[in-house]
Amino acid sequence: MTSPTSTITLPRIGILGAGHVGPAIGRVAIEAGYPVSIAGSGDPAKIALITQILVPGAKADWPAQVAAEADIVILAIPLHKFSTFDPSLVAGKVVVDLMNYWAPIDGTQQLFEDPRYGSSEIIQRHLSGSRVVKSFNHAGYHEIEAERRPAGSPDRLALGVAGDDREAVELVAALVENIGYDAVLLDSLHEGRILEPGGPVFGASLTKEQFAQVLTEKTAA
Amino acid sequence: MNDSPSLRTGFPLTFGLDTFGDVHSDENGTLKSHAQTIRNIVEQGVLADSVGIDFFGIGEHHTDDYPLSAGDLVLSAIAAQTRKIHLGSAVTVLSSDDPVRVFQRYSTLNALSSGRAEVILGRGSSIDSFPLFGYDLSDYEVLFEEKSELFAELLRGKPVTWTGTTRAALKDQDVVPHLEAEPFPTWIGVGGSPQSVVRAARHGYNLILAIIGGSPARFQPFSNLYLEALEHFERPAQPIGVHSMGHVAATDEQAQEEFWPRYLAVMKHVSKTRGFAIPTRESFKHEIGPHGSIYVGSPETVARKIAANLRVLHASRFQLKFGMTGLAHTAVMNNIELYGTKVIPLVREILGSES
Repeated sequence: MTSPTSTITLPRIGILGAGHVGPAIGRVAIEAGYPVSIAGSGDPAKIALITQILVPGAKADWPAQVAAEADIVILAIPLHKFSTFDPSLVAGKVVVDLMNYWAPIDGTQQLFEDPRYGSSEIIQRHLSGSRVVKSFNHAGYHEIEAERRPAGSPDRLALGVAGDDREAVELVAALVENIGYDAVLLDSLHEGRILEPGGPVFGASLTKEQFAQVLTEKTAA
Repeated sequence: MNDSPSLRTGFPLTFGLDTFGDVHSDENGTLKSHAQTIRNIVEQGVLADSVGIDFFGIGEHHTDDYPLSAGDLVLSAIAAQTRKIHLGSAVTVLSSDDPVRVFQRYSTLNALSSGRAEVILGRGSSIDSFPLFGYDLSDYEVLFEEKSELFAELLRGKPVTWTGTTRAALKDQDVVPHLEAEPFPTWIGVGGSPQSVVRAARHGYNLILAIIGGSPARFQPFSNLYLEALEHFERPAQPIGVHSMGHVAATDEQAQEEFWPRYLAVMKHVSKTRGFAIPTRESFKHEIGPHGSIYVGSPETVARKIAANLRVLHASRFQLKFGMTGLAHTAVMNNIELYGTKVIPLVREILGSES
């Protein structure tokens, strides 16, 4: 929080999921000056301790409330629970999908076994009333805090941001930049498949230049 | 700074070795058979006891490169040849096992070893046991919650009444063999799930932080969460442990030279199933440095890193996952000896002089 103006203008982040990833993202978003709400699978009392210790400054609330109040919803639920997720909860919202589908670890899930689409495209098809942006998925959630660097640092890492809606992509790109990473914009969710497990970006800590290099090689190949 | 482990949690420092049953090689680099690997682990456990190591743990796995699917049997062989060392799982994949059977096996080990058994319960990050025993991976949360609850009941040592959805109900069920005295120490291994930290505190289990990548200090909020949660549930203080991988040799150079090619080979293999990029020499250097999670080097280097991280994590137990797959048996035995005779005394010295 650098100035009062920045806290007024920054959008509210609503995190759905208080597992491995949700609190890690919430913590760095708060430190970047964003107002943050977080929900677990139900009663906020169940995540009160987790919120207090791991995401100090965040508001724990019911999922519906968190989604309703948020400008950017971060969907951080276990992927296998997505098939029962209610799309109306996030209708009209910008939704960041940071989940991954990788059958050797998650087990085969039929919903995501369509070779025509990336996992985020499948998420978008189910959340047809939302604007889905794929980001944060290729960085380890446990590294997200330690690897932050101020803009212009030579070792600042890059995160891909992919989506079909330009305004939504820019909103999420600003979040990425404010947290402490360079945002590399990809033109569509379809392009975002390069960020998936098994791809050249996943789990590889890349600077903006190295990221660009990978994209060039991929296009040339 | 009043935050040395003994001051913060009041527990004595203990040091362990963990193995996943990694298959090692002979002097020519040829991998040994599963049977020989298992016999070697008994030899490693006996050596660990003789050089004063406090704990020896075997992690349940079901794969060709980690053939330790019945670690408790191996632990009982070690128990028969040792006097002091504690023996346990690291971890038992409780989600795909029956808590009653796990209790029976480790209560038996506890009897055989005159009170030296321990159990570390895990939800399982490698998932090979789920399809093998007919479990659905998407049920892992309910499986672990119910089974860790039942296991806590069993540890009370009284007839158990329990109902749930993941196994048959029990009514006033006497489960044998009975505990001789105190229940054996039981820990929950946590890789990054805050719910698991809270669950460990709620059921009164000790906590082991499995730190297998990135900065160990980032786990400090988890230690704080655990200590707060213990207070919240009005539980007495319980110890915190750290599990990480590494390798010790006479010098930093020798340790790196022995470990890096084996690590690279294993990570190449693992990256295929986990989907992440293969590590580089540069990323490896970072991981074995002060801000990484791997403990590779001379006894001095490794001891300093262990001491620093125990302190920052309020932990009193360190468990080194030793013996990366493909290392020579002789290098592995040398690592055990140096860990017991050099590293552990040095860590005690560093932390003792600060408290």
